[in-house]
Amino acid sequence: MPLSESEIDSLLRLVSLTEDVEINCEQCLAAVAEFAEQKLAGKSIREALRAVEHHLSVCAECRAEYEALLRTLNNIGGQGEG
Amino acid sequence: MASLLSRPSVFSLAANDEPKMPRDNESWVADLRAERESALSDLRDALLRNLRKALATWPHADESLLEDAVQDSLMRVLERIEQFEGRSRFLTWATSIAIHTAMAELRRRRWKDVSLEKVVSDGDFAPVQLTTSGQTMDGKLVQQALVATMQRLIEQDLTEKQRTALKAELKGMPQDEIARHLGSNRNAVYKLTHDARKKLKAGLEAAGFTAGDVTAPL
Ligand SMILES: [Zn+2]
Repeated sequence: MPLSESEIDSLLRLVSLTEDVEINCEQCLAAVAEFAEQKLAGKSIREALRAVEHHLSVCAECRAEYEALLRTLNNIGGQGEG
Repeated sequence: MASLLSRPSVFSLAANDEPKMPRDNESWVADLRAERESALSDLRDALLRNLRKALATWPHADESLLEDAVQDSLMRVLERIEQFEGRSRFLTWATSIAIHTAMAELRRRRWKDVSLEKVVSDGDFAPVQLTTSGQTMDGKLVQQALVATMQRLIEQDLTEKQRTALKAELKGMPQDEIARHLGSNRNAVYKLTHDARKKLKAGLEAAGFTAGDVTAPL
């Protein structure tokens, strides 16, 4: 069956963001903690983390996990742990 | 490690919201490698606290799910501890694993009784009208042609598996669930949909659409 118009809309967005080489969810998870800390600190992102940023733009699941992680980061910093 | 983790006494300590002695990354790794019970207990408490905060707005993220996720996460953190490169705080890294674990379980529960066939063929999805107000007639025609071309490319250029995985993902089915139905794994599903997106992008370009056409709001 054909996709609905809103699904086509989402797909067009995803296709426009598609790159030849992308990291997968496992590779994203391995580096997302560093990415989240750098973003929160307002630091410029080192080149290797660009792939994480891109993955988060095309993967809804990893993006939800990243947003949840951001919610905890002040907590982690406030405790002075790790 | 496993024997320590299965010892209830390690995890039955009451959660303590008071800040504990700060541990730096090296201490976390050294203490966990040495299987120090205090480190396991502190990590468990910290992950549970962080999961409560991370998933505060998620329905069904009840205390028992969070505690199970923390238990699974401790195992995963210990298994992967050699992969921790120290590029973030240890607790941020461990929390990212815990969130991943908890959300995977939430998604699994939400989707476990939904069949892939139903998701892909489900026509009950409320269609959203194309918002073409403010566009020129040329713009509207380009958008209509773009959508028609996309539908054609999906049917003609993608393999059956690519089409199924892509449609299921657009309907919101988690990649782990798609993988389970296809007898595959999440990484393979990501590759399947990534390859599908690359084919569609190439097909649109071959049909004469520019990046500007594709990114223009519908
Ligand atoms: Zn992902």
